Amino acid sequence: MRHPFLAPLVLLLLALPGAESARAEPLIADLSESVVRITTGFTGTKVLLFGAKEGDGRIVVIVEGPRHGLTVRRKDRIAGIWVNRAEVRFRDVPSFYQVLSSEPLEQWLPLRTRNTYQIGVEYLKMQPEDDVGPAEASKFRDALIRNMQRIGRYGVLEGKVSVLSGQLFRADLYLPANLPTGFYKIEVMLVKDGDVKSIQSTPLLVTKSGIGAEVYDMAYSYPAVYGALAIVIAIAAGLGANAAFRKI
Amino acid sequence: MHIYLPIAEMSVNIFLLLGMGAAIGMLSGIFGVGGGFLMTPLLIFIGVPPAVAVGTEANQIVASSVSGVLAHWRRGNVDIKMGIVLLVGGLLGSSFGVWLFSALRSLGQIDLVIRLSYVFFLGIIGLLMFVESARSIRRQTATATTRRKLHQHNFLHGLPFKMRFRRSKLYISALLPLLVGCLVGVLASIMGVGGGFVMVPAMIYLLGMPTAVVVGTSLFQIIFVTANATFLQAYINQTVDIVLALLLLSGAVIGAQLGTKLGALLRGEQLRGLLALMVIAVCVKLAYDLIATPADPYMLGEAVGH
Repeated sequence: MRHPFLAPLVLLLLALPGAESARAEPLIADLSESVVRITTGFTGTKVLLFGAKEGDGRIVVIVEGPRHGLTVRRKDRIAGIWVNRAEVRFRDVPSFYQVLSSEPLEQWLPLRTRNTYQIGVEYLKMQPEDDVGPAEASKFRDALIRNMQRIGRYGVLEGKVSVLSGQLFRADLYLPANLPTGFYKIEVMLVKDGDVKSIQSTPLLVTKSGIGAEVYDMAYSYPAVYGALAIVIAIAAGLGANAAFRKI
Repeated sequence: MHIYLPIAEMSVNIFLLLGMGAAIGMLSGIFGVGGGFLMTPLLIFIGVPPAVAVGTEANQIVASSVSGVLAHWRRGNVDIKMGIVLLVGGLLGSSFGVWLFSALRSLGQIDLVIRLSYVFFLGIIGLLMFVESARSIRRQTATATTRRKLHQHNFLHGLPFKMRFRRSKLYISALLPLLVGCLVGVLASIMGVGGGFVMVPAMIYLLGMPTAVVVGTSLFQIIFVTANATFLQAYINQTVDIVLALLLLSGAVIGAQLGTKLGALLRGEQLRGLLALMVIAVCVKLAYDLIATPADPYMLGEAVGH
């Protein structure tokens, strides 16, 4: 599945807020694959990103999974047992987020730019849905990021973009086994003098495939049929096992 | 070799699952227990979301109960009338249980309730089994047995809606088995167990059924109750992973075969003591996880619009 017109369209939309900065510098990038299929034997995969730039800007790559609402809960001790108590729901939480760069970001990327383009986990724009104080909200936000990092969904990989002869660049995008499904946005940014000069956005579809996908689709689209099928299979297996028992 | 479980949404080593199925299957072969009460915590320990562990285990128990009930059926050890009364209660209980499960899940408390139920029931059953087997090991030399009455009469026999159960040689209120069935149904939905470990003692001590028909009748009832729980879990909560259930099942079939043969060779009391220790160990581990200060008190819930 390829969307030849989608990439320029997204590029155009993204260029709008910072129109004057994201015009001139040419930048081209593409992925070795446009679809990642989660098959029954899926244990993670690697997608190659490659491209070319003009001039001496640096390259930052952001891999972002589809955004969803997400609840974060805090356990408190009640009668000696840790129980979920307070909870905060966040809007627009990326289900996957990775930043790749050629050099450590701290050293050369100004906060303003990081903030505008959401470069780095701390700069992700995720708003709490509930009415909570800023101190509490930031605690839950930190916890969200920390937990996502722990399960390998969020990460900053510095030094993972290699630039060849000043113009060509490549990066290996490692996608883990617990990869959430949906449309991903791979943004390649050309940064010069602390400012994003050009952005190229490429979509990547992560989809379940094969028997696993059919099982999943059926469970969610036809839950009654799925439930009935689960019972039929179990009964058949039970009868089969019994028949095997009697022969031996 | 890893396999991706579509509903649990995780990649697990296929041999680990087959091995777990075989180990628990072997235990059920040796002891004649369902094994759900050990399998569900094991699934939780390897990282399967508790909700999926419970839904899937209910599905697996349908299969093992079907396979188990046939032998009892052939010997005429199923009290169908009693089974049906238990079953009516069971259907009510398991439907209520799935609804409760769904409500607790949206409150974010389902994991806690599953774990607490396990700690409670495994604790009681483990201790009772341990005490019983320790006592019978000590009693082995003394052979004197006193004949007990079939069952004691108490206030339970004054309840209305009396019914005659010929196969069980009982004339008791239908409310009792209805209630027992109902309670076990709730457990099937919340804990993903057949509930034999609660029902069998209840049938013997509370209802006063003869031991010969107890196991067959409880298996008969468990088939329908876990089938109902499976269907509703799949329909309402989407927590039944057929792929996982099939893998566990394949292991369990082989394990149960070995277990039945092994059980005939080994000595009962020591083995029962061993099972009791295992049950207690699982219970302690679950309890410890609830009490120990978590590494991170914050936890992610489920994504919405997923």
